[in-house]
Amino acid sequence: MVNENHIISTLVENKPGVLQKIAGLFTRRGFNIESITVGESEVENLARMIIVVNGDKKTLEQVIKQLSKLVDVIKIKNLTSNAVQRELCLIKVNIADAKSRSEIIQYCDIFRAKIVDICEESLIIEFTGDIEKLDAFLKLLKGYGIKKLSRTGLTAMSRGI
Amino acid sequence: MRGGEAIIESLKRMGVDIIFGYPGGQLIPFYDMLYDAEMDHILVRHEQCAAHAADGYARASGKVGVCIATSGPGATNLVTGIAAAYMDSSPIVAITGQVTSNLIGNDAFQEADIIGITMPITKHSYQPKDPDLIPSVIKSSFEIAGSGRPGPVLIDVPKEVQEKELSIFDDNMISTPGYNPTIKGNIKQIKKAKNLIKQSKKPLILAGGGVIISDATDELKQLSEMINAPVITSLLGKGVIDETDPMALGMLGMHGRKVANDSINKSDLLIAVGTRFSDRTTGKLEDFLPNTKVIHIDIDPAEIGKNVEVDLPIVGDAKNILSSLIDSLNDYESNYSAVKWSNSLKSMKNEFYPRYSYDDVPLKPQSVIKEIGDALTADSIVTTDVGQNQMWAAHFFDTQKPRKFISSGGLGTMGFGLPTAVGAKVACPDDPVLTITGDGGFLMVCQELSTIKEYDTPVIVAILENKTLGMVYQWQNLLYNKRYSQTILDKNPDFVKLSESFGINAERITQPGETKIAVKKAIKDNEPIVLDIVVDKNECLPMVPPGAGINEMLGEYKLEKDT
Repeated sequence: MVNENHIISTLVENKPGVLQKIAGLFTRRGFNIESITVGESEVENLARMIIVVNGDKKTLEQVIKQLSKLVDVIKIKNLTSNAVQRELCLIKVNIADAKSRSEIIQYCDIFRAKIVDICEESLIIEFTGDIEKLDAFLKLLKGYGIKKLSRTGLTAMSRGI
Repeated sequence: MRGGEAIIESLKRMGVDIIFGYPGGQLIPFYDMLYDAEMDHILVRHEQCAAHAADGYARASGKVGVCIATSGPGATNLVTGIAAAYMDSSPIVAITGQVTSNLIGNDAFQEADIIGITMPITKHSYQPKDPDLIPSVIKSSFEIAGSGRPGPVLIDVPKEVQEKELSIFDDNMISTPGYNPTIKGNIKQIKKAKNLIKQSKKPLILAGGGVIISDATDELKQLSEMINAPVITSLLGKGVIDETDPMALGMLGMHGRKVANDSINKSDLLIAVGTRFSDRTTGKLEDFLPNTKVIHIDIDPAEIGKNVEVDLPIVGDAKNILSSLIDSLNDYESNYSAVKWSNSLKSMKNEFYPRYSYDDVPLKPQSVIKEIGDALTADSIVTTDVGQNQMWAAHFFDTQKPRKFISSGGLGTMGFGLPTAVGAKVACPDDPVLTITGDGGFLMVCQELSTIKEYDTPVIVAILENKTLGMVYQWQNLLYNKRYSQTILDKNPDFVKLSESFGINAERITQPGETKIAVKKAIKDNEPIVLDIVVDKNECLPMVPPGAGINEMLGEYKLEKDT
């Protein structure tokens, strides 16, 4: 079976220790977390976690079943197909000269990224998008020298209803 | 009412009349309130044994067992017992004292993050920081521990919460919307199961501890007889069916009975109920059930497909599903092939019945188990330790009723036998309770003789003393070139004198026949006794070597019938 990234959305009780329980479960069962994002959900006292896990189909099945067993987990959904996926990323890029500055600004326009801070030697770019687009953007910026990179990890939502 | 009193009152409302525990600094308020309360308390001599005793109590009675220990070291000492209960799906509620809320996180004296430490080995945990929550926390803990696939729940109570007054006694302040165990089996799946059963010519049932937990033993027997499917069991499934019944083929696995290990791959349909296909049960997975269709009935969906690929899963409570299945099979006509199959296995069971009639001195442990079995009644409870003593007991002792064989299956905890015997005896005071243990495991928990003395708990302790850590010794002998690294116990204390120093009668047994007499007398006298049974350094055979297929058994006992 092939290893792939799977996106799982879980609705959990928003209280101390829940993240630890979920993270601990992944470690204990040998599941690989690619990323995890947590924040409040539309329901009071419930948080939504978007977990990207790498593994084959059997692993994914176990991940979902084991997560369901946690009393603090209310709902689980596999979002791998048909979901809007976004990641927010802050990138600090070196500016060597005026030429490279204008090139970077042009790339930002093409990728609809925002420049949120700028000084003589560097600028900070805010980027939101799906992972492929982000990867392509980062590849272009690499040549200029990425000083710092801070990614939030993927968040996602099912399309339609 | 103060927090500590609320704990006691809530426990009472849950039907608890006895708890196993050990006091300490952060529990002084609770123990002070317990002083006047109508709640029995067994003072164990090590917190680990409080958890084991609660576990033994739960397994023997089917009720939730309760243990309590102080913060820090008291709490961490519970860990092994909680883990043992978790692995074997035994319902216990463990209560721990905690440092006062304002000190949590400050590395205070006797502080340990017991919630964090026990997260992987509990079904759920609570740390009420408001005394008003105590009644709800306790009610919810009992519901979670005792329902679905049972397991331990931990409640960590800061010291000041035990002392503070409740503003209201309300046990409905906590809801657990994320906890909904499936009870009823899916009708479509049951229909499919019915069709598989009708087509089967060689059906077999593999029953585990889940059948006992679900109280589904009658249904299991009914199904087995209806469709001519003999029953094999896991270690925790011992007692699911009367093992003297011809349809009971005995335990499967690394130290299983030959007929069970040989027949499983020959079946064309395996109905697995309340079992999780542990590695000790299946042997090498690639060689397990290569041509057999598998129906897996379990209340925990995560167990289905985890270790063994399943053709038909049915999630739910075993009793519920088995009775639906039996109903749906009302038009079942017994088929000749299945009758022939079950008859052949019944005769194979007789043919390969273990030989017991050793008269050797030093005593053969197998013959000692046989004598114990002869002396005990069907209602007697046997607890075991872990290692050779456990496997000899599992293999050579026929369990006749559910909840009468208590053993640490999943975690394999040495030191489990004696404290669980105490718990079982407390739960079932009218049934004889005997623990089969080894010299290694007994020495880990022998301080509990003091508990047995104090509460006059008439437990029979049968130590199979072979002056080795036998199971490891055996592996070293068979697989590690006879290099006996750290497994020789030739400096054992005198177990008779040791027991007598606790004020408990003890007897050394060296001759055939003595064990049976001593056990019978102990049951009649209804007094605690320690039997130091000197046995041969004998191997626990037959055995499936690690990494081998389940039918590749090593070594054989002589194939003579029971005399």
